[in-house]
Amino acid sequence: MKLTLKIWRQDNAKAKGKLVKYELSDLSTDMSFLEMLDVLNEQLASKGERVVEFDHDCREGICGQCSLVINGQAHGPEGHYTTCQTHLRSFKDGQTLNIEPFRANSFPVIRDLKVDRTSMDHIIQAGGYISSFTGMAPEANSIPIHHNIAESAFDSAACIGCGACIATCKNSSAALFMSAKIAHLAKLPQGQVERAERVVWMVNAHDDEGFGSCTNTGACAMVCPQEVPLLDITRMNYEYNRSLKTIDS
Amino acid sequence: MALNAKIPKGPLKDKWQNYLNNTNIVNPANRKKIDVIVVGGGLSGGGAAASLAELGYNVKVFFFQDSARRSHSVAAQGGVNAAKNYKNDGDNIYRMFYDTVKGGDYRSREANVYRMAQCSVDLIDHMTAQGVPFGREYSGYLSNRSFGGVLVSRTFYARGQTGQQLLLATYQALMKQVKVGTLTQYSRHEILDLVVVDGKARGVIVRDLVTGKIERHSAHAVVLGTGGFGKIFYLSTLAMNSNGSATWRAHKKGAYFANPSWTQIHPTALPQAGEHQSKLTLMSESLRNDGRIWVPKKKDDDRKPGDIPAEDRDYYLERRYPAFGNLVPRDVASRAAKERMDAGHGVGSLKNAVYLDFKTAIERLGEDTIKERYGNLFTMYQKITNINAYKEPMKISPAAHFSMGGLWVDYELQTTIPGLFAVGEANFADHGANRLGANSLLQASVDGNFILPNTISNYLSNEIRTGKISTDTPEFDEAEKAVKDQVEKLLAIKGTMPVDQIHRRLGRIMFKEVAMSRNEKGMLWAIEEIKKLRKEFWGNAAISGDEHGPNSELEKAGRLADYLEIAELMAVDALNRKESCGAHFREEYQTKDGEAVRDDENYMYSAAWEWMQGKDWKLHKEELEFKDIEVKTRSYK
Repeated sequence: MKLTLKIWRQDNAKAKGKLVKYELSDLSTDMSFLEMLDVLNEQLASKGERVVEFDHDCREGICGQCSLVINGQAHGPEGHYTTCQTHLRSFKDGQTLNIEPFRANSFPVIRDLKVDRTSMDHIIQAGGYISSFTGMAPEANSIPIHHNIAESAFDSAACIGCGACIATCKNSSAALFMSAKIAHLAKLPQGQVERAERVVWMVNAHDDEGFGSCTNTGACAMVCPQEVPLLDITRMNYEYNRSLKTIDS
Repeated sequence: MALNAKIPKGPLKDKWQNYLNNTNIVNPANRKKIDVIVVGGGLSGGGAAASLAELGYNVKVFFFQDSARRSHSVAAQGGVNAAKNYKNDGDNIYRMFYDTVKGGDYRSREANVYRMAQCSVDLIDHMTAQGVPFGREYSGYLSNRSFGGVLVSRTFYARGQTGQQLLLATYQALMKQVKVGTLTQYSRHEILDLVVVDGKARGVIVRDLVTGKIERHSAHAVVLGTGGFGKIFYLSTLAMNSNGSATWRAHKKGAYFANPSWTQIHPTALPQAGEHQSKLTLMSESLRNDGRIWVPKKKDDDRKPGDIPAEDRDYYLERRYPAFGNLVPRDVASRAAKERMDAGHGVGSLKNAVYLDFKTAIERLGEDTIKERYGNLFTMYQKITNINAYKEPMKISPAAHFSMGGLWVDYELQTTIPGLFAVGEANFADHGANRLGANSLLQASVDGNFILPNTISNYLSNEIRTGKISTDTPEFDEAEKAVKDQVEKLLAIKGTMPVDQIHRRLGRIMFKEVAMSRNEKGMLWAIEEIKKLRKEFWGNAAISGDEHGPNSELEKAGRLADYLEIAELMAVDALNRKESCGAHFREEYQTKDGEAVRDDENYMYSAAWEWMQGKDWKLHKEELEFKDIEVKTRSYK
């Protein structure tokens, strides 16, 4: 098949970017989207031109390193896929594709399609952990956890931290990403001791990093590759209000 | 230099305790005067960095990803082993030790394996306390499943994303230490050389992958948790950027490399679909708990799998290995698949796959149960292949996966360079010639969290009076210059052959002759081909762009330059070992029905190779002693 690509090229965070057109032919529908970019880059490199920089690593949908907005949709048209799992069978022969980086104030462009997502690390640093140091742990079976609670905690913990929720949100809010961690740890008995401080610290860090507010449009949950539940945002709001009371007392 | 594994005295079960009783430790007040560099932010490196920071050392951790949460530990699916005996099925530390040594075909170091089994018990406690949502029974207690090569259920799991969950727990512990200020992380930084001063590892040269700047960092000790080099085959289950460069550069600075040719070829990956393919996605071994593997009895049978009746199917693992059936170890399962495919029974358009069928299990347990156990794997399979595996069998194929070989380390996980430690897949010690499923997460985690923090203190206790290590010395000058020269040399090639194309060709040579089945003639051919390819790389690689800023082609080229050298050592190592053991199957040494024949008299050793400045390698043997296990022919029949 043939595709026309319009790819965002930008030298660095301060430079002005633009869409550059590339034509590719002889593509196979079995190719993954990133393998198609590999083909383009091989062509560019053998002509001595600078390749298109993009983030990727595991190419099986779990590391969260790949990004891209394809024709206006984070991770492409399939919904709940990562870009690396998107294959060319999702597109039509002869189609034109706009390929852009994940866009948000808190995601400065590094080059072309690579963006800096360390702002998400900063949210986790603020409190997204259980402070159990190596050597402190009690016998694992001394903390029984109902099967359904463990499964529910997993649903939230499954977040791969890709940032598609943020790139999709019209406010560039990281509410879904942040609430997934808050919900994961609040659901488990191990997470109770730090429960109140955790949510306040994380929400403050989220705002300090320049992420926008959540206005409950739910667009984030439509693209999330792991289908993190939208309900986690509600839980986060509950946790936040609960903690203000707890911390006061 | 003669190898000294420094195995502690005493009975096997007391060795680790004896070590801990007698090792030197560092006074808490002195720890903040000591700097440690950790390379790698995954389960082994990240675990080591977090644990060392918790102890109060100044830790710098480097990784090439944009966040430590993306390290390739994330991709491990099925589980982590521990001898908890929660199932009351007769499991214990000795049995786990026994299974692991046998699974490794009696080519691992007894004392290390036993210690790994001992530490496994604490690891599950540690990870549970950190909030890992392990699978649970309806009683609320932890659940287990079975993996290949064992007859008990000792594998703990978090659906099919166990590696992700353990890694996130480790990443969160790291983030906590960043907040506390004991740990500094350097994301998007790649190590390009090790700096050795007066015979000791004293620092690293790294490239900032955003600015392109070459930087110097010094420390009292360096820990490599940089994973394996299975990406050398290009098509593998590894992440695209996984590489062997850190361990290789350390090797060229004096660290011996052990058993480099022992690569695990995983039996259940997705088959290659075309020339463009960049990666072979793994389907967890846990699927073999409920899936049955088969091929059509008739050659080139083009019927749809559902149309092939039971009597026309060959469940070859159940036929050949009735005791273990579909749960034989990976090396055995991969070779058996290759045997059937070579004999013309492969399925799929390229005839390069076998079926993994869940029909029986779905009939017995219902689709919901299968969905809860493996839901994400079935979804992943559908996303990649567009096939619903609840309705028709998966097509799977062997793919390069795990490096059992790595830097030679002693019992303290110290390499032959004093002050340089290697943890997790980057070292060689625990898996012998074949790793059992769910032992990879285990080894990485216990090395990083429980073993290294205790052994490195023995070394660091002599460093409390050293003071800050200067980076303004001839050794750092020289290492930095060598790195800059190589970058310049790569960019000066200006050829026309894309780096990935050369890598693909290297992968084809390696997968053909230095993978599942090996012979002398093939490997001698491979060595010549590797040398030719290396010449072509340095003469005609197309590396565009410059060194000022991000340049993924330059990064790939640097890694490939190292792979082109590692490849030769892999072939040299495989040629040297004139026996079949575990993943190392030499066609010249097999029984009439195709099973491996070991030569314990001549090859019961780990082969540790010393770099001789590019002129061949020198072999050092670590003889292996088995005092607590009877060495027999491995049989899963």
